[in-house]
Amino acid sequence: MASALSAFRICDFTGQLAGAGATKWLASFGAEVIRIEDPVREGRWDILRGTPPFVDDQRGVDFGGGFGNHNTDKLGITLNLRTAKARELLTEIIKLSDVVTENFAKGVLERWGFGYEQLKQIKPDIIYVSNCGFGHVGPYSNFRTWGPIVQAMSGLTFTSTLPDQEPAGWGYSYMDHTGGYYMVMAILMAMIHRQRTGEGQWVDLATTESALSLSGPALLDWTVNGRPTRQARQPSSNRNQWPAMAPHGIYPCQGDDEWVAIACRDQTDWQAFINLVNEVWCKQAAFESLDARIGNQDALDQHVGVWTSARNKFEVANELNAAGVPASAVQKPQERVDQDPSTSGFGLWSTVHHTKMGKVRVDGQPVHFSKTDWEISRAAPCLGEHTEQVLTNLLGLSADAVQQLREEGVL
Amino acid sequence: MTALTGIRVLELSNERISLAGKLMADMGADLILIEPPGGDPARQYPPFLDDEPGEDRSLYWWHYHTSKRGIVLNLDDATDRESFRQLIRTADVLIESEPRARLKDLGIDYAQLAVLKPDLIHVSMTPFGRNDPKSDLPVTDLTIMAGGGPPWSCGYDDHTLPPVRGSGNQGYHIGCHFAVMSALTAILHRGISGDGQFVDLSMHAAANVTTEAASYSWLVAEQTVQRQTGRHASVEPSMESQILCADGRHANTGVPPRFPHEFKKLHDWLTELGLLDELPEAIFLEMGANWEGPFDLARIGEDDTLTAIFMAGRQALLLIASRLSAYDFFFGCQSAGLSVGVINSPEEAFEDPHFKARGFQVEVAHEDLGRSFRYPGAPYRFEKTPWRISRRAPKLGEHNDEVLNFLDQ
Repeated sequence: MASALSAFRICDFTGQLAGAGATKWLASFGAEVIRIEDPVREGRWDILRGTPPFVDDQRGVDFGGGFGNHNTDKLGITLNLRTAKARELLTEIIKLSDVVTENFAKGVLERWGFGYEQLKQIKPDIIYVSNCGFGHVGPYSNFRTWGPIVQAMSGLTFTSTLPDQEPAGWGYSYMDHTGGYYMVMAILMAMIHRQRTGEGQWVDLATTESALSLSGPALLDWTVNGRPTRQARQPSSNRNQWPAMAPHGIYPCQGDDEWVAIACRDQTDWQAFINLVNEVWCKQAAFESLDARIGNQDALDQHVGVWTSARNKFEVANELNAAGVPASAVQKPQERVDQDPSTSGFGLWSTVHHTKMGKVRVDGQPVHFSKTDWEISRAAPCLGEHTEQVLTNLLGLSADAVQQLREEGVL
Repeated sequence: MTALTGIRVLELSNERISLAGKLMADMGADLILIEPPGGDPARQYPPFLDDEPGEDRSLYWWHYHTSKRGIVLNLDDATDRESFRQLIRTADVLIESEPRARLKDLGIDYAQLAVLKPDLIHVSMTPFGRNDPKSDLPVTDLTIMAGGGPPWSCGYDDHTLPPVRGSGNQGYHIGCHFAVMSALTAILHRGISGDGQFVDLSMHAAANVTTEAASYSWLVAEQTVQRQTGRHASVEPSMESQILCADGRHANTGVPPRFPHEFKKLHDWLTELGLLDELPEAIFLEMGANWEGPFDLARIGEDDTLTAIFMAGRQALLLIASRLSAYDFFFGCQSAGLSVGVINSPEEAFEDPHFKARGFQVEVAHEDLGRSFRYPGAPYRFEKTPWRISRRAPKLGEHNDEVLNFLDQ
């Protein structure tokens, strides 16, 4: 199958999930993504290079499971940018690239002599996309963040909670994923603009802003009606929904830490729900109308929870679905990955052959294109795995010259 | 000039896909929102302007449909369907989240539309993908999230409390992000090859690959992460990271201090606040400040000195937080180089000086009401092709004449 993005080359300094997750999308659609890494610190500006999960007992910078997941189909080269020769080689790579991507703290690329002004001198139509928590402009631009800090600052931690509890937050770096998605959109839109006009540009992505934009209706309720989300017993995020629904929540099921989500959207769903449950409380006036159920939601949820807790989560979901009511088991990783025909049938999990780890499974992409579908075929690069390949094929160096540069500490 | 100027996108109105249209419309696409007679049910979703319901008063509607023009077409009616076909001839992209069989039943699925417009890009977002019969089952944001994985990782150390689904339609948002990424990828490819294509997007799959280590801990090592209060779900329990501050708000302390310069700054800050005498463990901060060699977090619990230094860092943060507002705690920590965040509510974040200084608050005119309102602004800052809300959300059928009359010419 043809590739959608094979005409494009990305000079990629990204790391972690927030940056590397973005360029993974480009690589899986055929873009040539060249990861630039530091040989002296063994590429550890991406901390995931050497952190768990690991396959078996293997440890080290080539064995990080998260790194392996986020860097499929990329080329990996090492350049010691403390040396003038490495900076010359990087300059040549940038001349041949369409996009430069990074998610360092503000100022890191400038210090190496590759800030946006210098990038433009090297290649006037370059696209430069920087991704950091607070962006490169503004009072907090020198402050440091990672996913949970971005989520805390932007309201997303606060709106993921049960009432009368401290914030639960997201339990993972939702904004590393989502910051990466906004980075992909920024890169692609800048590329579309360049394709049509020949003009490059810089995109300053502050993932706290992307995150804040994900609470739109709540923000308008604040600016238009003056209503804050910080109120007694609020937020209550398993219940909160526009429009309001009841029951609407996550309820305990048979077994250890087993749960089911149920949403009755309207009276039709409610009628179908109580036909199935068929207990005395279902007929109480306190639960008859939506308004009544919302007013008595604690009591309602108590009844629903007692009913579900005697049952298997998948059976509850299947029976409610058959009756036309939205419901789903809260799936555990193993259930989603190994036992769910809706993920395996979609071809969601790819297997790659890593140079050192061997066979490893990774996240695929949740889409299929009819003509230029994604393909995940190459595992994440070991440190410097493609240095010689890139320097000889792309820059035309001889193998001897590459060896010489290695000995000089340039690579 | 904006990035997507001149690119016409048709959107079949549906709460699930609306963010995707907004993302492209705010970057300049000519977005035509197609509603059924009577309007999209989301027009009736709260919250409302002054809490009074009405089809043009939903703030939910206002947010998700900025920069779009709106028309009404009854796709069940042959005449209107012909207008839709005419519109398709002028379009670059179609985005929709209709039931699987609906467009086929109406004779306007991709196979037929591609005859009218061979280079059309059609993005179809369904709950479980086009080939999965489960896509015909009813879903909401809550059920998509529950099945797709995020709530398993979100909640509390106390596992008698249920897993938590973050609010705000994030399950729909995840799908919409992939819808836009797909449309843009296909547009770039079309710019080179001239080819359009069909994109089959599964919301369930999108949530599944938006769970970070929950998925890859299983994929790589068959390990199951467990949810923890306010921090990453993890195979092995980790240290608490949320701190209650003097004003009753919380902060997230992120990665605890572990470098000599961090212990030194913490020590200096305590001195400055006059709190040094109140921290019995202060001596360990000094030891941390003078520590030589690597500070190996893996040895905490094994090496007594390391453990004492590490715990002193945490105690110092707790003491400071108990005396300062969450904001002052955040600002002080960050000024000392510690990656700490205040747990803002959305409105607190919106009013924060950093976002204000970056221009995140934008005014949108509602000329029909003779007023303008502050809206959330750009999710990214383009140097040459800035994000911009070009108009308020459309009223029902507001642009029927200007869009459809043009077709007749």
